[in-house]
Amino acid sequence: MKTAREMGLIGCQRCTRVSPAGTEICPRCGGKVRSRDPMSLQKVMAWWVLGVACYIPGNLYPMLETKTLVSSQSNTIIGGAVELAQHGSWGVAIIILAASALIPIAKFVIILGLVIGVQRGPQISDGLRQRLYEIVEYIGRWSMIDVFVVAVLSSLVQLQTLVNITPGRASIFFALSVIFTMISAQNFDSRLIWDTGNTPKPGEIPDGHASKERSA
Amino acid sequence: MTRAQNLSDNHETDALDGLIACPHCDLVYSTPEVARNERAFCQRCHTVLIAPRRRAGKRLIALASTILILITGAMFFPFLSIGAGGLHHGTSIVQTSLAFTGMLAVLTPAILAFIVIIPMTRLILLIYVLVPIIQDKPPAPLARHAFRLAEDLTPWSMAEIFAIGCAVALVKLSDLAEVSLGPAAWMFAVLMIIVVLTDSMMCRYSIWKSLQP
Repeated sequence: MKTAREMGLIGCQRCTRVSPAGTEICPRCGGKVRSRDPMSLQKVMAWWVLGVACYIPGNLYPMLETKTLVSSQSNTIIGGAVELAQHGSWGVAIIILAASALIPIAKFVIILGLVIGVQRGPQISDGLRQRLYEIVEYIGRWSMIDVFVVAVLSSLVQLQTLVNITPGRASIFFALSVIFTMISAQNFDSRLIWDTGNTPKPGEIPDGHASKERSA
Repeated sequence: MTRAQNLSDNHETDALDGLIACPHCDLVYSTPEVARNERAFCQRCHTVLIAPRRRAGKRLIALASTILILITGAMFFPFLSIGAGGLHHGTSIVQTSLAFTGMLAVLTPAILAFIVIIPMTRLILLIYVLVPIIQDKPPAPLARHAFRLAEDLTPWSMAEIFAIGCAVALVKLSDLAEVSLGPAAWMFAVLMIIVVLTDSMMCRYSIWKSLQP
């Protein structure tokens, strides 16, 4: 079996239509088609750098500022999670730590790993690289949860002088970091994984049919 | 109808019409016949290529309309309220997005877009595209543009993430004050489940195939 590029054709990533080389607009969905985007990795890395650059102030600046009658306190994301854990809310502390520290860092590492894998030759199997890419694409948006929590908290907790919560500067950096990282992942062309990989192509099994299974 | 047109147009194009390229790894297959309860997936990277569902169009329209109604409702009904030391304060979704003031005010339109405008736009586009399809009518004008935009908006549609965010905020506040849920909060809870259902039901290949000019 062959890839569309090996056959001198272009596959549309949006609607799976195959077009002859040189086609620019897909005849089925009307979107732009390209065999491979030569700038893909550069775009990925440019957005990646922006994402990392915003992630750092997103964690150093306070995310929440709490003012009560007697005290005023600012919390960074990690600080807030630690405090929750100290109060015994382990579940929420873990959700917040996962969503705002573990997941973003894992995303940065995975995207960088995917780019290096394409440029220097992969160290892990193509199937695993594909799986990691899908995970990054899927979970990227969930990091936004922390920004939403801040928005809900600070619009809700406005009890005059008793207690007030306002968002801190970190919220904007954190939101930008999530957005930039999402764009970075979207620019990665997963076909590059398989172009550079060493998984043998499935043989010439019954006229190149895709596998089928019964779904639930 | 589409077939006949293609034949008269161009023989080469028609031959290519019977092929399908895996969007993730670019392997080309001859398009398999997939029954209603089957899925076709790529042998190399296991991406699902075709997964038609029985009456998926009607169900999708029903689910999408439900989500639209829920989001509209959630905007106008009270959402959460808090009480401590005799003071009370309630909030709505619009107020939530207005929480960012000063330099942070740029986040207000972004948040409103993520939790209300983008999800609603996407669903309206989806309904617009699907209604003529299930009635076996020719595609709506600009249907391909509409569906492309709907697909592009999907990752930025974050209503269900907002719902989880509310749940986290509730737990954070539960020691501090008495928090009560308004009707809008329940709407968001239901919405989350329906969003997941909608995404699992959509076979993009089948929709593109019916939109093909």
